[in-house]
Amino acid sequence: MAAAAMRSDVHAQTETAPAAVNPVTAPSLAKVSLKVNGKACDLELDTRTTLLDALREHLHLTGSKKGCDQGQCGACTVMVNGRRINSCLTLAVMQQGSEVTTIEGLGTPENMHPMQEAFVKCDGYQCGYCTSGQICSAVAVLGEIKEGIPSHVTEDLMKPPSWDSSEIRERMSGNLCRCGAYSNIMEAITQVAGGRA
Amino acid sequence: MKFETPATTNPIDQLKVVGQPLDRVDGPLKTTGKAPYAYEQHEAAPNPAYGYVVGAAIGKGRISSMDLGQAKAAPGVLAIITAENAGKLDKGDHNTAKLLGGPEIQHYHQAIAVVVAETFEQARSAAQLVRVKYEAAKGSFDLASVKDSGKKPKEGFGGPPETAVGDFDKAFAAAPVQLDATYTTPDQSHAMIEPHATIAAWEGDKLTIWTSNQMVGWGVGDMAKTLGIQKENVRLISPFIGGGFGGKLFLRADALLAALGARAVKRPVKIALQRALMINNTTHRPATIQRIRLGATKDGQLSAIAHESWSGDLPGGEPETAVSQTRLLYAGANRLTAMRLAELDLPEGNAMRAPGEAPGMMALEIAVDEMAEKLGMDPVEFRILNDTQVDPEKPERPFSQRRLIECLRTGAEKFGWDKRNAKPGQTREGRWLMGMGVAAALRNNLVMKSAARVKLDKSGHITVETDMTDIGTGSYTVIAQTAAETLGVSLDKVTVRLGDSTFPVSCGSGGQWGGNSSSSGVYAACMKLRAAITLKTGLSATEAIFADGKVSAGGRSVSLAEAAGDKGLEVEDTMEYGDLDKKFQQSTFGAHYVEVAVDSFTGETRVRRMLAVCAAGRILNPKTARSQVIGAMTMGVGAALMEELKVDKKRGFFVNHDLASYEVPVHADIPHQEVIFLDETDPISSPLKAKGVGELGICGVGAAVANAIYNATGVRVRDYPITLDKLIDQLPAVA
Ligand code: FES
Ligand code: FES
Repeated sequence: MAAAAMRSDVHAQTETAPAAVNPVTAPSLAKVSLKVNGKACDLELDTRTTLLDALREHLHLTGSKKGCDQGQCGACTVMVNGRRINSCLTLAVMQQGSEVTTIEGLGTPENMHPMQEAFVKCDGYQCGYCTSGQICSAVAVLGEIKEGIPSHVTEDLMKPPSWDSSEIRERMSGNLCRCGAYSNIMEAITQVAGGRA
Repeated sequence: MKFETPATTNPIDQLKVVGQPLDRVDGPLKTTGKAPYAYEQHEAAPNPAYGYVVGAAIGKGRISSMDLGQAKAAPGVLAIITAENAGKLDKGDHNTAKLLGGPEIQHYHQAIAVVVAETFEQARSAAQLVRVKYEAAKGSFDLASVKDSGKKPKEGFGGPPETAVGDFDKAFAAAPVQLDATYTTPDQSHAMIEPHATIAAWEGDKLTIWTSNQMVGWGVGDMAKTLGIQKENVRLISPFIGGGFGGKLFLRADALLAALGARAVKRPVKIALQRALMINNTTHRPATIQRIRLGATKDGQLSAIAHESWSGDLPGGEPETAVSQTRLLYAGANRLTAMRLAELDLPEGNAMRAPGEAPGMMALEIAVDEMAEKLGMDPVEFRILNDTQVDPEKPERPFSQRRLIECLRTGAEKFGWDKRNAKPGQTREGRWLMGMGVAAALRNNLVMKSAARVKLDKSGHITVETDMTDIGTGSYTVIAQTAAETLGVSLDKVTVRLGDSTFPVSCGSGGQWGGNSSSSGVYAACMKLRAAITLKTGLSATEAIFADGKVSAGGRSVSLAEAAGDKGLEVEDTMEYGDLDKKFQQSTFGAHYVEVAVDSFTGETRVRRMLAVCAAGRILNPKTARSQVIGAMTMGVGAALMEELKVDKKRGFFVNHDLASYEVPVHADIPHQEVIFLDETDPISSPLKAKGVGELGICGVGAAVANAIYNATGVRVRDYPITLDKLIDQLPAVA
């Protein structure tokens, strides 16, 4: 059951009164510098551009996926300054100077990150569309547990969170997989977590 | 190649590559973000403009006026396409409603305009400025209230609208033990994570679309028909598909509007349907009302079985064929099924993973559980007692394979069914009420014509081309395995190229036929290549052994590279089928076991354990097949516990039209899942002796969950989904 996020129903409004003034003016552009997967990127973007669209449409890093564009699916998960976020929910201009790690920054087909390898081995994906987000989240989740950041199911806030599967499942629950690869994803994460999980 | 007689020994039986639990060949691409989906074609379609779709804000009626002035004047806007300026458009054979509506509106969020602009942000912004006035008409939006106006539908994919054997009424009236119960299943959404998305580009009168589509051939045909152009002028490319589940079987608005937009602005246009638009704009699994009557002797022999189902759809639409499995699953001399289809003005109903059986078995397999309880029988034993090895409507027609009993028995043993307390509401674990449930699974095995091209190059490398798609099912992998096995090479010597309408026409991905049928097409082409190789090398075709990248016969060996020569070899073939599917009933079977814990205070259900045992012919790749089954089990849990499109019966639309409000299972909802495949081959199905498995996994799961909840709580819920509000006031008193 997904956590609620913003709603944006887009359909033509039934007109009641003519709009007073044209609310649209020329787009305002802004310069943004990001460090993406270790590489400096200077962009000039419409200020309305999300970090996700900056990555996908401007930097052509299409590994991060757009499943909903409204913070409900987790397919767009990337790491910004070491923390995972939904990149559809942040504007690129808000990330001036940030360090962004995307799925492409974790590994390549020739040189995969251990989490990517574990996903392949455990078949932790089917269609592959949620996969980049799952893998970025999974890597971040292990980091969060290691750092002692509690979750909703952490029983004792004074003690380090455990590595058990309910902790991992809870923390992964913002990443939807409609193909239903959850059981295998858990296996992959547990393998990477090693003896601790 | 034509498959007319049961398969005998053939190269696939070596099982060096086929049948092995190999990692997916596209795994490294998918896990590193390098697999290009429809919307991600920066190299193939550079410099695109962006389209943003405007959906109708009424459920039925007309557009009385549309003011595009402000939107057109907005920065970056290149064109706005509406039904008024789009030119003459036909409707695809597989579409019920028009993909571009106006002035008539057939359903809520039917596309009525696409705004094309330089950037996504500009298109989105300008789309908000399209001013529309509507004349809303009274529509029909409530299945329960129009059900009795339902008509007998035409015979379609899911069988005839009515069937009858023996005398049901008499047998039911005479049956000492009777059940007569009505069940409902709600409208459900595919909710695949990749939205419907397309990039379209024209070159003269030739259109190319990169789109997310399960059925390349249907997509080409319906695009050509809708635009009134030649099929030859449409190229459809769909290499990776971010989930379909039946929702991407058809040409949809994203593809048509991208094509129209690109024609207008003379450059590529890309469109992804906005998530909040998808649920009402595209298709969904229609709700059903199902009445089931069972009559049995005191010792549990079914003598009368009736299953009637009501569903609704737009005029010209089709029924949800929820009665199909009831014609086949259990023995019983007197039986009837009937379907009625009412007209509804809700968005278009259509196929979703295991259409028919998925909602049908959600009802039937609760009914069977209820009947077992009435008889005082164990539900596993009751099912076993009523097993049949022949088509119950035509006893002269046997099943090609039917190992339902073994599925049930194996599952019962592995799951610890003997620990279940038959009396409901008795087992507690702290605050949790614990229960176990079982259901049978049945899904028919369909075989479809499918073609492929196979090339051998001078380095001995094999390339397979077919317009088959991989929607997460593992087509790339099982096709590579089939080619490697048949031609005696290792998997890394095979490249598979899919999802392009310039490749030979395949069966496509649907109805769980894809894996078996497309691989069989590839097998046919590979056998033809073997013949071409022996002919060219002068080796005896009957003695030739293909292994280790060589072909050998009569003491002579030639490498495939050498056999190919400088020019290489290329063949194409199609697998077609005779009437084995008429002579034999071909189905796949399974048993689902579920354990749940229901919170005795809140009524919240948590699934604790799940096991599926499947008998589905030869399993081409146990790793990818298992994934298909666990994915389907997960969707089955969603159907049982949370998935429901809520209808606004006044305004006529699905209210919860996004991923926050249409709830699907998340990590925290799904425990470790076990799958067991019985060791089986079905030589009557295809030369691969395989069958489908991707939909079997969802059939019966919902009922197994429902039955487990009953066992835990003693509360029988017949209306899905089983949310806590349906349990809470009937739960046993908290001690
Ligand atoms: S695309 Fe960002 S959460 Fe769905
Ligand atoms: S792999 Fe398809 S949505 Fe997760």
